[in-house]
Amino acid sequence: MRKGVRNWGPPLLLLSPTIIILGIFVYGLIAANVRVSLTNRTSLVPATEFVGLDNYIALLAEDRFLHSLANLAVFTVVFIAGTMLFGFLWAWMLDKGVSAEGIFRSVYLFPMAVSFVASGVVWRWLLNSAEGDRASGLNRILETFGLGFLQNSWWNEPTWGMAAIALPAIWQLSGYVMALFLAGFRGIPDELREAARMDGASEWKLYRFVIFPQLSPIALSALIIVSHMSLKVFDLIMSVTGSIYVTEVPATYMWVTLTSNDYAKSATIATVLLVLASVFIIPYLIQTARSEKANR
Amino acid sequence: MRSTRMSVIAGAAILGLALAGCSTSSAGPSEDDPNQVEVFTWWAAGSEKVGLDALVAVFAEQYPDIAFSNAAVAGGAGSNAKAALASRLEADNPPDTFQAHAGAELNDYIEAGQLQDLSSFYDENGLYEAFPDTLIEQLTSDGAIYSVPSNIHRANVTWVNVDVLEGAGIDPTVAPESMDAWIDDLTTLQESGVTAPLALGTEWTQMQLFENVLIADLGAEGYTGLWDGTTDWDSAEVQTAIGHYGELLDFANTDYAGLDWDAATQILLDGNAGYNVMGDWAEAAFVQAGQTYGTEYTTWATPGTDGIFDFLADSFTLAVGAPHETAAIDWLTTISSAEGQKAFNIAKGSIPARMDAVATDYPEYQQTAMASFQEDTIVSSLAHGSAASVSWSADLSSAIGKFGADRNADELLTALVAAAAAQE
Repeated sequence: MRKGVRNWGPPLLLLSPTIIILGIFVYGLIAANVRVSLTNRTSLVPATEFVGLDNYIALLAEDRFLHSLANLAVFTVVFIAGTMLFGFLWAWMLDKGVSAEGIFRSVYLFPMAVSFVASGVVWRWLLNSAEGDRASGLNRILETFGLGFLQNSWWNEPTWGMAAIALPAIWQLSGYVMALFLAGFRGIPDELREAARMDGASEWKLYRFVIFPQLSPIALSALIIVSHMSLKVFDLIMSVTGSIYVTEVPATYMWVTLTSNDYAKSATIATVLLVLASVFIIPYLIQTARSEKANR
Repeated sequence: MRSTRMSVIAGAAILGLALAGCSTSSAGPSEDDPNQVEVFTWWAAGSEKVGLDALVAVFAEQYPDIAFSNAAVAGGAGSNAKAALASRLEADNPPDTFQAHAGAELNDYIEAGQLQDLSSFYDENGLYEAFPDTLIEQLTSDGAIYSVPSNIHRANVTWVNVDVLEGAGIDPTVAPESMDAWIDDLTTLQESGVTAPLALGTEWTQMQLFENVLIADLGAEGYTGLWDGTTDWDSAEVQTAIGHYGELLDFANTDYAGLDWDAATQILLDGNAGYNVMGDWAEAAFVQAGQTYGTEYTTWATPGTDGIFDFLADSFTLAVGAPHETAAIDWLTTISSAEGQKAFNIAKGSIPARMDAVATDYPEYQQTAMASFQEDTIVSSLAHGSAASVSWSADLSSAIGKFGADRNADELLTALVAAAAAQE
């Protein structure tokens, strides 16, 4: 018995500060947030009653919230497709062997070191939608190179505008995805490739049956990381456009309701966002836990 | 033995955590001293900071014994400050007095019982006589007044580029009689080669333009009725206003959603537009660009709103549970005094709320604004929190932003009606 305590006691004691802090500041606050979302606290006046799921039902039926979800969907799809494509492409090219690989690696990875807010300020100017004489940023560049017909209104376009907002995000995170894939490529032993070539596999078959299967865990991690970042996107949008209807996503909508003292609605949006993020992350965690167990 | 060592380390870690939790926040040394006042604002930079400093100087003269403690929170046009304020009020740790837009934006604080009624303060200091009656009307909520305005701005001003208008053969000195006449002028201007004759900016400037159109089409009484429920949001006049507003957007620069007000005003300054509807803080931009009132730019009340003063004001409150209440009242006395208002407004470029201010102390544009402030009917600005509660304004802002993107008049009308209904 005493032996048992000696076994698990010290580790538990060591972990307990983290457990306590996480318990209060993460899970405790999530619980507090959910509680507010179930009340009628729509102003500074304290809540008077629990309204159950009314706030959720109202929110999910609201055109404005559905619009923000649609914006988020466009952003997420373009962002994920863009980062995965460029990340893989760059990693593949670097893996093929180029001179001065270190320089290229840094160049591609570097945008990630810039904060979304700082790059957002620059992209706000680059993505200015004025055309013709008053054009600036990308539109001005296009015009100068005689590609004036390519000028467009960027994020000002009501339906697909969010795709333009995804550009800066792709620019910043492709390098990160590249680093992940590059690590994946390097983790594949040369013997496997050589063996496949010895067996007469074509280059395509080598990738299809040897490389890709070994990269899939990396691709999955990259996908999860990028997609949960996308769900939380807030700072980029705030610095490129501010909190306006055209580019509203749930996170900026939550900020608007918070600053207009509608605490219940704000908490409801926060909870919906958390659930959305969990939909991506929990299956991933389960899968990782399983594969770790299997490997042990 | 390894595990013993680990226990010690773990124990130390826990102890550290516990100690960190116990350490008390270090408060100022003289928290109980009544001779101090903590003033919470978002005036931390620019002309606003200069104005606040001037006000503090007057305060130091009038009340040399009271220490002024500046609790300004910078950034986000006040949104950061409002968030910080909300958490302080929630924790029952209010500042003595805090800045807020005068009018309906205070409703949330009033309903939550966080503000003290200042009507006896108004009585004692003769403010009911010093301020215009129509302003007192707009400030009063259920017979009580909760804030003291420090400065007044006007939101229904149209700024005009003289050269651009003269180039199209339009007389810039005479304001069009009505919205329709203005739209005719805009058409003339567009046909003369100015592709986007009306400079416009992001969502709140659109809201400000929309409120100007509402005032023009509903008149002062009808417009004020929108906020107290006596005018219906689905009335024919509102529908006319939506029509006019839609037409105006056709004359605006296409990139408006992405421009803040100063960038929009810059379009006018550069001669790429003829008109810009903006509050009178834009004056500073024209002065900075070295332009002269009357020769290079001029202003008039937005067409159809002549004789109406669309006001917004910064004001100061007295918090319930203010730790230094008497000192806070002294601060409010300074703000409402003729000297305090003069010092602040000359520095900030706004106009005083008091009618006994001497017009010749102020620059030219302010003199015209002061004259209209005394004569005109005063209505409350929507875009700046005077007309509607915070949540109502936020709903309207989103509806107007949506219209700016999709131009669906029916959906705008529905959203306006729904936003009003949500306030019931």
